[in-house]
Amino acid sequence: MRTVVDLTRCQGYAQCVFHAPEVFALHGEEGLLYATAVPDDQVARVREAAAACPVQAILLGEEVTSRAL
Amino acid sequence: MPSDLKEGRIVVVGASLAGLRAAEALREEGFTGELTVVGDEPHAPYDRPPLSKQVLLGQATAYTTELPLRRDPDAEWRFGVRATGVDLLAKQVLLEDGESLPYDRLLIATGTRARPWPDPDEAALDGVFTLRTREDGAGLAERLAAGPERVLVIGGGFTGSEIASACREMGLQVTVAERGPAPLVGALGATLSKLAAVMQRNHGVDLRTGVTVTALTGNGAFTGAELSDGSRVHADVCVVALGALRNVEWLADSGLAAGPRGIACDAGCRAFTMYGIVTDDIFVAGDVSRFPHPLFGYQMLSLEHWGNAVEQAEVAAHNMVSPGALQRPHLSIPTFWSTQFGLNIKSVGVPTYSDHIVIAQGSLEARRLAMVYGYQGRVTAAVTVDMAKSLDYYRHLIETAAPFPPPPGAADRAIAADITIPSAVPDPSGLSHGPTVALTGHLPDRRLTVV
Ligand SMILES: Cc1cc2nc3c(=O)[nH]c(=O)nc-3n(C[C@H](O)[C@H](O)[C@H](O)COP(=O)(O)OP(=O)(O)OC[C@H]3O[C@@H](n4cnc5c(N)ncnc54)[C@H](O)[C@@H]3O)c2cc1C
Ligand code: SF4
Repeated sequence: MRTVVDLTRCQGYAQCVFHAPEVFALHGEEGLLYATAVPDDQVARVREAAAACPVQAILLGEEVTSRAL
Repeated sequence: MPSDLKEGRIVVVGASLAGLRAAEALREEGFTGELTVVGDEPHAPYDRPPLSKQVLLGQATAYTTELPLRRDPDAEWRFGVRATGVDLLAKQVLLEDGESLPYDRLLIATGTRARPWPDPDEAALDGVFTLRTREDGAGLAERLAAGPERVLVIGGGFTGSEIASACREMGLQVTVAERGPAPLVGALGATLSKLAAVMQRNHGVDLRTGVTVTALTGNGAFTGAELSDGSRVHADVCVVALGALRNVEWLADSGLAAGPRGIACDAGCRAFTMYGIVTDDIFVAGDVSRFPHPLFGYQMLSLEHWGNAVEQAEVAAHNMVSPGALQRPHLSIPTFWSTQFGLNIKSVGVPTYSDHIVIAQGSLEARRLAMVYGYQGRVTAAVTVDMAKSLDYYRHLIETAAPFPPPPGAADRAIAADITIPSAVPDPSGLSHGPTVALTGHLPDRRLTVV
């Protein structure tokens, strides 16, 4: 699974850091850095983080796998 | 008629952020026809911002930044294939492998690429990089992890500054060479650029401003550079961060209004022809577009913003499957973020569309502030440093064309909030970095040719 944070919307509330500290981390006061590849054992936590984010900035999902040639 | 628009054949050229989000949105909008997405990179759509941040710091790898899907766009993906032209009359996209793809509606989302170092031999030296693709990111991250003696970054825009920040965080020596008076000056104007310069120097960056790099030297491998002030920088890695070029060359013979500043389109993302006539079956979204914005004097905006690619793709997708009267304008306010030197910098509006600024909250000394930009007595932009929660308030001021300087709003109003000073945005031609929001005038770049 992959995750991406819409940092245009993110306001640095850090709820995600609380829910999934191995994936999300604050860098400085409010800059958010995150691991883009979510290991299987972190998927549930990232889901919680996405649900808890007050501005709904976190997206978790599969990447495109090519179906055609 | 409306039901017809939900059917047929749509081709998207450019398989990155804008192309992917448009493909998803087309299905959300009820498009049931055939959808083909063509991208010249041999990869599924991936995210670029981590390439100058997490990837360099080793917190993510360049090969795991694929964008997560919002839904399955049920598209035929053609990765690793370049589009070489469009035939407007036959309604076909031409591909480099000789195939042509017929379309009923076409979305152009070919984005930008890194501006290369002008001398190809010097650019080919081992250790010289640009940063736009995941291959660039992987190569640069590997070099930085190997612990070079010194990194030279050419250009003090957002990308160059973020790279310098990552280098310092990794304990690497780094020199930044910028032709303008300070980093980020082209995007943020003189006052905030002074803060950017102080931040770089406080973090140990060897910042050289008012200089140009005249030559990259080395015998096979990069060993250093010569500067216009006669000095020499010894370094073993060089990152050329001189801004972006629009991927429009493939449209040169198409008859569309495609030029160096992008492809001109209307507020509904519909492309213009080179005669300034709007098309109704060709749409544009993302970094490659230029579009008029009523809040900024109907000037054509060219943005290199992640958030714009997403929102414009959604509007384009909606309009591609909606009859004229139901089409929507793309009017969102440009928003951008950058994390560097431990600071979270966010911008809303168009800071370069300004004549004066005020510091409305916080202060430069505190490295925490909200700066408001005004043009002819109304608010046109705001930039926050570690004050992201205030951004929505300023966005509202911009949307409502509030008077500048802004009236008291925040409880922690700065003492300087009534003291306006010139915004001093320089002419971009004197800089090594672009503004990331550019005002590009009213007219398409292409001159009319009589046929
Ligand atoms: C290192 C880096 C850091 C960034 N950091 C930030 C940030 O902090 N904040 C922010 O707001 N934005 C940031 N951005 C900008 C953001 O990534 C872009 O705005 C976004 O990628 C634009 O998406 P796009 O789909 O319009 O264009 P692109 O991502 O450029 O994608 C266009 C795609 O089309 C392909 N293509 C081009 N020509 C053809 C052709 N003829 N045929 C087929 N395919 C073609 C290209 O190869 C590419 O894959 C950053 C960009 C980079 C490179
Ligand atoms: S919870 Fe949401 S707003 Fe808060 S830091 Fe995480 S992504 Fe940003």
